[in-house]
Amino acid sequence: MRLQFFAVCAMTLGVALLQGCTGGDGNLRRGDVPVDDISIGADQRGADGRGTEWGGANLQDEFAGRPIKELLTDQNSPLSRQVFYFEFNSAELSAEDRDALATHARFLNSRRDVALILEGHADERGSREYNLALGERRAKVIERVLSLQGVTIDQIQVISFGEERPDAHGHDEESWRLNRRVKLLYTGY
Amino acid sequence: MLLRLFLLSGLLLSAAAQAKLEITVSGGSEGALPIAVVPFALVDGETKTDIADVIAGDLQRSGSFKPMDSQRMPQQPQSGRDINFAAWRDTGVKHMVVGRGQMGPGGELVVEFQLFDIFSGRQLTGYSIPTTPERMRRVAHQISDIIYEKLTGQRGAFNTYVAYVTVEDDGKGSVYRLAIADADGFNEQLILTSMQPLMSPTWSPDGSKLAYVSFEKGRSLVFMQDVTSGERSLLAEFKGLNSAPRFSPDGRTLALTLSRDGNPEIYLMDLRSRNLTRLTHSHGIDTEAVFAPDGGAVFFTSDRGGKPQIYRLALKNSRPDGRPQRVTYEGRYNVRATLSPDGKQLAFVHGDGKRFRIAVQDLASGNLRVLSSTSYDESPSFAPNGSMIIYATDRNNRGVLEAVSVDGGAHQRLGLNRGDVREPAWSPYLSK
Repeated sequence: MRLQFFAVCAMTLGVALLQGCTGGDGNLRRGDVPVDDISIGADQRGADGRGTEWGGANLQDEFAGRPIKELLTDQNSPLSRQVFYFEFNSAELSAEDRDALATHARFLNSRRDVALILEGHADERGSREYNLALGERRAKVIERVLSLQGVTIDQIQVISFGEERPDAHGHDEESWRLNRRVKLLYTGY
Repeated sequence: MLLRLFLLSGLLLSAAAQAKLEITVSGGSEGALPIAVVPFALVDGETKTDIADVIAGDLQRSGSFKPMDSQRMPQQPQSGRDINFAAWRDTGVKHMVVGRGQMGPGGELVVEFQLFDIFSGRQLTGYSIPTTPERMRRVAHQISDIIYEKLTGQRGAFNTYVAYVTVEDDGKGSVYRLAIADADGFNEQLILTSMQPLMSPTWSPDGSKLAYVSFEKGRSLVFMQDVTSGERSLLAEFKGLNSAPRFSPDGRTLALTLSRDGNPEIYLMDLRSRNLTRLTHSHGIDTEAVFAPDGGAVFFTSDRGGKPQIYRLALKNSRPDGRPQRVTYEGRYNVRATLSPDGKQLAFVHGDGKRFRIAVQDLASGNLRVLSSTSYDESPSFAPNGSMIIYATDRNNRGVLEAVSVDGGAHQRLGLNRGDVREPAWSPYLSK
């Protein structure tokens, strides 16, 4: 498992997802560790034989020893961000979204028994069928981000509800913003 | 077919939805013909209205007629013999309808009516229609059809149905109902009730079946249901989206959207063999296919060019004939197309960045007209005679249906006393 994980990290070096390889302080935030340090450090430490120390241990630190339910419900958990929002008629993720998803990817990679449903939604404007397709597109963008970081497709299911299941029931900008979303729903644990 | 539908309506009456559709009529076309529909002294048992009111209501909603208030009528004859034409000539009304209930030779109820040209005093048409008290409204709609056709030259579409979806919160959650009602909103009958969303009902060309999208198994799947027997089958349960069903004009094929190959594409399903033919290949969203009335093309929504627009793909033997051609250019968001019965006009949801309204584009000239004045309009559907379009919109945070005459003059609204109503689909003609 750890080996696989390293392989993925190596493949994705140089991408913003890099911090996925750092492990470390248990509450990862982008910018905590300068990116250069990680990439250089990974190679150098691996080469001079001091790599064992940080590899598995940091990964363990991040999620191990905590019940999954707590990891998914605790507001301070690195997995607390489970809803991702979008602009009108857009499926683009922000840099912050990608960082949060990187943490979810590490979690899914560390727990292959856990399954994830990506539930895509749209706001009420426009047609219902186009919005159904748009909700799927948003969920699939997240699926792709996760799978590029090693999460197996078998772990993920994409479902779109289009505009049929709004979170907010108003007919205004704020409600629309809240309804253009993808929800991460963990199952199988 | 019609008869069977009736039998069923009797059976289903007790199961009718609690929330009732209410109709509001506003506006009227310029040049609407003044007409007098004299009370028949024949009352519809369900609504306690004289069937002359049902006929006058039909004619008014079409936007082509301006029925006279019965209080203002100089006399209220029930037969042509009793009409004093001289008294009517001062009213400015050009045509009048008189009618009555009679006992037929076998003891059955017969509704008789006559349409007169007031100026010449000539009878233009007249019929005796055997019926039953329960079928009174239906007979009224048939009479409206005959009058409409006689005076406009266009077939009437009053004796038709509208399918739609209602959503109501029953305290425990949303309840979704697929229902059909007469085109004037009366006589609602339930087709399906679900705790999960229902979408995109569409009629088979003979009016015997509805296809729709149901989330009852947790995701979007396409079902087909016999309107009279209630028998239904699951048509599409592939990985990914199963949505946007539309029947071909011959009823043998269903166009639908599937994302089983990665992203939403248009497919044709042969309804007998269930074999699929993939019609589109793009990285964008392709959905909401609808057949041209001659079956020679499908129109669909695609954002292959960046923003969603309507495209046309010619078909030959149920296969693509050439590449899709873009049809809509005005506005950044044009989706959910539907074709007029003559195939000459395309109605769709037209977004200008702020508002989403119903527009009609003449396919030959490309001219576009915005028909609705509301902001969040959806799901346009033509009456089978092409005279009106019904669509869903939002009024005071409620989902309602509105119908507008294609000339834009007359509006009618169908709303629930509680909850939302959406996704209207006007039925085809159900009888010759």
